[in-house]
Amino acid sequence: MSQNTETDPVQALPTATEDPPKKRSLQLVWIIPIVAALIGGWLAVKAVLDRGPEITITFRTAEGIEAGKTKLKYKDVDIGLIKHVVLAPDRQSVIATAELAKDTDSMLVKDTRFWVVRPRVGVGGVSGLDTLLSGAYIGMDIGKSKDSQRHYTGLESPPIVTAGLPGRQFVLNTAQIGSLDVGSPIYYRRILVGQVTGYQLNPNGKGVTMNIFVNAPYDKYVTLNTRFWQASGLDVSLDANGFRVRTESLASIVAGGIAFQEPNDSSDTARAPENAAFRLFSDQVLAMKTPEADAETFVMFFQESLRGLSVGAPVDFRGIVVGEVKSINLEYDPKAKNLLFPVEVSIYPNRLKARYRKGASAPVDARDDKHHKVMDALIDHGFRAQLRTGNLLTGQLYVALDFFPTASKAKMDWSESPVAIPTTPGSFGDMQNTAASILKKVDNIPFDGISQDLRKALQNLDSTIDRANRLVDRLDGDVATEAAKTLTQAKATLATAQQVMVEGSPLQQNMSSTLQEVRRAAESLRNLTDYLERHPESLLRGKPEEKP
Amino acid sequence: MTTARRMRLAGCHECGQLSRLPQQHGHCPRCGAALHFRKPASLARTWAYLIAAMILYIPANTLPMMITGSIVGTQSDTILSGVVYLWTSGDWPIAALVFFASIMVPLLKMIAILLLLITCQRRSRWQPQQRIKLYRLVEFVGRWSMLDIYVVTILAALVQVQSLASIAAGPAAVAFAVVVVLTMLSAMSFDPRLIWDPLDDGQEQTGEPHESEH
Repeated sequence: MSQNTETDPVQALPTATEDPPKKRSLQLVWIIPIVAALIGGWLAVKAVLDRGPEITITFRTAEGIEAGKTKLKYKDVDIGLIKHVVLAPDRQSVIATAELAKDTDSMLVKDTRFWVVRPRVGVGGVSGLDTLLSGAYIGMDIGKSKDSQRHYTGLESPPIVTAGLPGRQFVLNTAQIGSLDVGSPIYYRRILVGQVTGYQLNPNGKGVTMNIFVNAPYDKYVTLNTRFWQASGLDVSLDANGFRVRTESLASIVAGGIAFQEPNDSSDTARAPENAAFRLFSDQVLAMKTPEADAETFVMFFQESLRGLSVGAPVDFRGIVVGEVKSINLEYDPKAKNLLFPVEVSIYPNRLKARYRKGASAPVDARDDKHHKVMDALIDHGFRAQLRTGNLLTGQLYVALDFFPTASKAKMDWSESPVAIPTTPGSFGDMQNTAASILKKVDNIPFDGISQDLRKALQNLDSTIDRANRLVDRLDGDVATEAAKTLTQAKATLATAQQVMVEGSPLQQNMSSTLQEVRRAAESLRNLTDYLERHPESLLRGKPEEKP
Repeated sequence: MTTARRMRLAGCHECGQLSRLPQQHGHCPRCGAALHFRKPASLARTWAYLIAAMILYIPANTLPMMITGSIVGTQSDTILSGVVYLWTSGDWPIAALVFFASIMVPLLKMIAILLLLITCQRRSRWQPQQRIKLYRLVEFVGRWSMLDIYVVTILAALVQVQSLASIAAGPAAVAFAVVVVLTMLSAMSFDPRLIWDPLDDGQEQTGEPHESEH
């Protein structure tokens, strides 16, 4: 180590430069653990502060839900994570525990809803495609309630209407749901304005109650008088009115749908309140019909066959549909020992009223005396019901009301209920009767005698022809020779005539010289007329002297 | 056995010049570097670094180390969850490797330094040979304990396919790197001569000759 050669090598070593003794500050290095502690503490505090509320959601199945991976999203913002998924104690469902971000307590209220967003393909469209790759997540809709809640039951399908969507909800009552389903479209004048949000069978099992949502601003068209009907699928009908195909839109053919509108004569435009209940009619025609309450029931007894008359067939007054057939029955009349076919019809006097009481302002009570008098008067004038063929192709019948002045006298019995309207045999029955009588007459024609006479006549004709033949034979013998002679003479005469007419013959020459003379005469006549035209005075004064 | 400190001799750390040092502190007469018999405040510094490392070891293991983003969503993994994932997916050797390199090694390092510190502070004479071996091991292992950070930084640099896939280092990566650096600093600031000082006090002989320089 040392290069020195002295006895004490230590003394030969150089002495270090002295340093003024200074107090080393040891505090500086302690900053590091303090900073580390601060950072660690801050992280811990932050972790505690960031810890949001924990909720449990019950689902029917954990399909697509993965503990530690499945997120909770509201409007596509991550607000939580599923921490673990366990089976419910009854093994009927799964319970997912989710940890939410902080400050989400206000979102966790009673009517907050959760559902699993998975890819869905329906007639109405495709949704959740992004989850094909990213995996399902839990969707969330924040409710409006103030009551806090931590345990939820997840929806099986995404809700149609999320909170905050402007519009109103209504309730529809119907006998059967048809092809409708949650999410079925609702149309107003063929514009898509809403969706079916849910349905449930009535507790007694009779009928279905549906909830629908109509988006703003279309919800204002739902008035108290609005009629709803099923626009589901394709409505093909064949009746006395002919063949009809009705549909709302292509999508509704497949998916079903509901349409609404208010009747044309509606004057009540008050907006329906939220959750107002309406009846859902099975088709537009039914929906638009005047409500049953206004209808008056009559009965008609027809003598002819009712084949082709169906319930719902129109009752027509000179082309105006005023009612419809309600029922067709069979009745035994013990007094007359006869079978009767009462046809019950509903007639809407309101449709008639404007027509037979022109200018009448007060609504007519169908049961008052005035009305009875009017009807009696009409019957007196031959007002009758008649069955007519509406459609020759299908043989459908309808009930026609019309005046038949020749009809036998009848009277209405107002004490009966329903009142019977007198009938007259229908056009179809008439036709049948006429045809029968024609056939009877045809039947009476003595075809045997006619054929004998015919044979006799034919024999006579035969002999006549024979005689004619003989006559012709005689003509052939006698007349033909005479005729030949005559023809020879005629030929000679014609030859002579030809000689006379030939060119250069004396007759011809005379003819041509005569024609020349005539031409000259015509020329001088022309000269004269020309002159006279130029000098008309010469007629009076004579021809003036020629000037030399 | 006499020691350099008893003879008031100190070797320069930088140029190796041996010189007499009458006080506790001085400067090398040849190169001017600071001279001292023992690293100043070695135990205090080691303690400070070690405590800081221990504190940060907690977030390093609880916070996400690596954030993997892809079209199937983002996923953040802590060191332990990565190990668990590797283990459950059957990559046992890699799981074991990551577990030892990332969890056990820093932990054992800190325990080893803690042991050295406590024994030195108490001027224990217990097993100095074993303790110096332990110190050498800690020094040696230190340079390999950044394995995780290498992996994460390399992956983060390589896998950046924008929306398809991306890997980013999580907050634990920073904490972990700091832990590793702090344990290295801690090991560096520890003066191994402190292990022998208690033996010297009692004038006892050991087979190992003492070097004044380390």
